[in-house]
Amino acid sequence: MPILEVQNLRKSFGETLVLDDISFSMEKGTALSIIGSSGSGKTTLLRCLNFLEKPDSGIIRVNGETLLDASSAGKADFQRNIRLKRLHFGLVFQSFNLFPQYTALENVMLAEKMLAKEQPDWKERKQARIREIREHGEMLLKDMGLQDRMNNYPHQLSGGQCQRVAIARALALNPDILCFDEPTSALDPELTGEVLRVIRGLADRNTTMIIVTHEMTFARDVADYVIFMDSGVICEEGDPREVFSNPQQERTRQFLSHYSQ
Amino acid sequence: MDFSQQFPIVFASLNTGFLQTLRLFAITLIGAIPLGLLLAVAEMSSFRPLRMLIKTIVWIMRGSPLMIQLLIIFYFPGLVLKNPIWGSGETGRFAAASVAFVINYACYFCEIFRGGIQGVPVGQEEAGLVLGMKPAQIFFRVKLLQVIKAIIPPMSNEIITLIKDTSLARIIALQEIIWAGQSFLKGSGGISGAIWPLFFTGIYYLVATGILTIVFAKLEKKLSYFR
Repeated sequence: MPILEVQNLRKSFGETLVLDDISFSMEKGTALSIIGSSGSGKTTLLRCLNFLEKPDSGIIRVNGETLLDASSAGKADFQRNIRLKRLHFGLVFQSFNLFPQYTALENVMLAEKMLAKEQPDWKERKQARIREIREHGEMLLKDMGLQDRMNNYPHQLSGGQCQRVAIARALALNPDILCFDEPTSALDPELTGEVLRVIRGLADRNTTMIIVTHEMTFARDVADYVIFMDSGVICEEGDPREVFSNPQQERTRQFLSHYSQ
Repeated sequence: MDFSQQFPIVFASLNTGFLQTLRLFAITLIGAIPLGLLLAVAEMSSFRPLRMLIKTIVWIMRGSPLMIQLLIIFYFPGLVLKNPIWGSGETGRFAAASVAFVINYACYFCEIFRGGIQGVPVGQEEAGLVLGMKPAQIFFRVKLLQVIKAIIPPMSNEIITLIKDTSLARIIALQEIIWAGQSFLKGSGGISGAIWPLFFTGIYYLVATGILTIVFAKLEKKLSYFR
């Protein structure tokens, strides 16, 4: 069974159709990269998966469970039921969106702490739970190579370090699928390497990931599957080596030619 | 009476007046901050008529002189409606002045709060949402401190203006410090024709605004650990 199935997803903003009948699926432990020019709908697709946008129609299914059937869900319904369902997904933003008033470690711990508070055993196990959450956060940050930076505030960190904190934060709730929205686009070129290395490390450990990126070499090397989007539709998809070396569609060829030296 | 004899009399009278100034200042803050927050929330409502209503109120209260608002609120019930709700005497004048100041300042605060809340980048809310946080958790745990940090400079501006604006209540004869200082011109406590007490009131305002400046600088510094 695929971990994620997306069927006939449609989304428009006013008159503009941004996603037109998007369908794809992916298997657990694989990395999918989505490429395409700006405005092709990649980011909107990720935002729909994370329920930051409500699709006009379509179905999102994770592990066989239908999280969203947009045609049947009303707006209020969408808001109410969505909170815990979105925990199936993690999202790393282009602009990090770290919480500035919290240290790196606190950023990673916050959501897990909020969720722990909702558990019935929170009161009696409070100290132990906080310790567990802290240890988990520390482990994640160490994993990101940030053991010396845990108690720094975001403004004291470089862009690459911020993005690695954001990745640790997204991993803290153990999402089934981790999504990256152009994770290196806001970084200076010399800082993209450290972030890409971390994502590559996650891929090596078979983390299920969807990566929207403009780093073509990275997409080709890391992804198990690639989707090329153009004007809101999936224009071409397949094995990255195939798509990159031998694109079938004229539009894909055009797009990729901008990246080949 | 020479100056050294005048001074203790004037000093006592100005202190009493300044106490009334401080009372009006405190009541205005206590009333206008929550009311301003309420107005700000209403102004961000998705219900358009409510938004328009708040915008109109804010426009009127910010767009007309506080002195006129004081006069209308104080005199309108008694002289026009023939229903003197404020009663007579200092208590009534204080009540009327409090109402005028609270409404007027709530409108200024409302705009500051709204700007502060809307100024938090939308990415903060989205980051909280994708982490499964509830809207209330996002507001209190993520946004609130950022809002407070953002509104401290404009709030300190308004609050420093407020302490000086309380002198406008002199127009309805509230016995605040300007009234007290002026009374020695016409004659009070055996002193008349003395202009210096009125000038001397300036010292009180300077001390008060000096303290406020220090307090707000401290607050700003306390929140400077993040950007």
